[in-house]
Amino acid sequence: MSKLLTWVDDRFPLTKMWREHLSEYYAPKNFNFWYYFGSLALLVLVLQIVTGIFLTMNYQPSAERAFSSVEYIMRDVNYGWLIRYMHTTGASMFFVIVYLHMFRALLYGSYKKPRELIWVFGVLIFLCLMAEAFFGYLLPWGQMSYWAAQVIIALFGTIPFIGPELAQWIRGDFVVSEATLTRFFALHVIALPLVLLALVVAHILALHEVGSNNPDGVEIKKQKNADGTPKDGIPFHPYYTVKDLVGVGVFFIIFFFIVFFMPTFDGHFIERPNFEPADPLQTPEHIHPVWYFTPFYAILRAVPAFGGSAFPGVLVMGASVLILFLLPWLDRSPVRSIRYRSIWHKLLLATFVVTFIVLGYLGAVPAGPVETMAARIFTILYFGFFIGLYFVSKFEKTKPVPERVTMK
Amino acid sequence: MTMRATIFSAALISLAALLAVPAQVAADYRGEANVRIDDRSSLHRGARLFVNYCMGCHSAQYHRWMHVANDLGIPDEVVQENFIWKTDELGQKVQVGELMEIAMAEDYGNAVYGGMPPDLTLTARLRQEDWIYNFLHSFYLDSNSPTGVNNAVMNATAMPHVLWDLQGLQTAVRNDNGDIVDFELVQEGSMSPREFDRAVNDIVTFMSYLGEPAQLERRRIGVWVMLFLIVFTFMAWLLKREYWKDVH
Repeated sequence: MSKLLTWVDDRFPLTKMWREHLSEYYAPKNFNFWYYFGSLALLVLVLQIVTGIFLTMNYQPSAERAFSSVEYIMRDVNYGWLIRYMHTTGASMFFVIVYLHMFRALLYGSYKKPRELIWVFGVLIFLCLMAEAFFGYLLPWGQMSYWAAQVIIALFGTIPFIGPELAQWIRGDFVVSEATLTRFFALHVIALPLVLLALVVAHILALHEVGSNNPDGVEIKKQKNADGTPKDGIPFHPYYTVKDLVGVGVFFIIFFFIVFFMPTFDGHFIERPNFEPADPLQTPEHIHPVWYFTPFYAILRAVPAFGGSAFPGVLVMGASVLILFLLPWLDRSPVRSIRYRSIWHKLLLATFVVTFIVLGYLGAVPAGPVETMAARIFTILYFGFFIGLYFVSKFEKTKPVPERVTMK
Repeated sequence: MTMRATIFSAALISLAALLAVPAQVAADYRGEANVRIDDRSSLHRGARLFVNYCMGCHSAQYHRWMHVANDLGIPDEVVQENFIWKTDELGQKVQVGELMEIAMAEDYGNAVYGGMPPDLTLTARLRQEDWIYNFLHSFYLDSNSPTGVNNAVMNATAMPHVLWDLQGLQTAVRNDNGDIVDFELVQEGSMSPREFDRAVNDIVTFMSYLGEPAQLERRRIGVWVMLFLIVFTFMAWLLKREYWKDVH
């Protein structure tokens, strides 16, 4: 066995990679609850790919057959229902995990120097994931699939001068049609998963280059043992592999509880109008995106049209996502972790969390005058967080950061 | 520390509020369906009623006869003989492996109803069980309608009161605003109101099955998966505790 390993190692850096990324990758020993979501995101990515492969074996990307082939999977394919429910639940849980993972970065300043690129790759993954989810949502070819795609693609149509041609180019037709379905299928099963995987590799490589942050925001590489290992670090394997295994267990209990006992999640993970085949001639009374897009959708609807064009809303919505890229440079505080930052910073972050959730609610309900006014206020608060962070981080009075990590 | 707790509880409360949002605005419900998906005799009665009363005009084209036979424990021959009325080009009844399509031609459906009656495979998932339950209960006499009846849940429906010989005929009782608040039976059917209510529940139960056949087994499998995962997580936790003994 060891001879075989030597043979491989002479030709491929197997042991070297194992050491660099697992057995000799030193992670801070004080990771808490928030640090489970990185490995869980990777787990869900694998789940989505594996269940996706099996769905692809039976799904038919044509306007005529798409809807019925999904029901074929639900009824005629052995355990097809299980595979599909895992995929639909996985899509929603992916966003739950990614949102919590991003929130962790906000809590402990994980995007700050020298981890800016990890954050930038992460936001790229988030963008990619949104595109992947959007393309995938069209595939069941239900009423909500169809009309949500119609609305989202129409957003590109609002861009001045090139808009209408651009929207038509995306659809491959004048309306969402089979041409759109087939290209979305290709993008969903090949193009975006490839980009996603490449970005995940980049995200992890960048992380392992600089090392993980921790709840204290202390740089563990500054305090080393005689042998050069960080005093507050422990090898990722076996310590965090076994710890993350517990996280996987707890996550699976929640995940499979949804899959087996409430697969549509009361119409949030699989939406009721999507049990009706797409009908280009009949617009549903209330079109809205799936829950994970609703905060951004609320921002889109909040911005008043200008000269009859919804383009300002599209711009602001785009900005609400893209502004995330700037976070490492907007936060000017020398202190990373919320534990040692001022009450003002804490209030700012708390407001942001509430804002994001309220926007998510507002994007899911029909927009009346009260809702629109609320959405405008919370849109301002959303951007207010980033502006506020720029100034608060410069002037806030921080607490002294300890030399070593704390175990609490 | 308290700040963190505040953020956390704010997040949790908001999340709970988010989950409480109904995905669809509730319709005008008068009652709730009593769906007992594991009640096999209810499923059998429902299947019989569904095939006899609904499948004259409505297909269930995403499901197959053989699944009804297997899932509900009905012999193939019984399904073949009593449930299937669609024929192939040679005039032979189709086999149990076929989809649950109907014999009514599309031209006829379009001519009579102004459009083919909708497929009912997924209606229980699209509109929910309670909606079907109330719809089937809410036909009332209306002389302005070509079918002689209207429906309180779906106004101006093209559907006639198919279950009239079971339920009888009823008129709408309206309040001062003209809203329908109740019904009054003016001609008795072959069933008492109690029996009719059971029949409607049976149809809804069968349609619930039709909407998601997997629900017959998914909860049963789910219990075992949960038990396994709880044991797995406990073992993983023991392992973690063992490895982490020396980390302080």
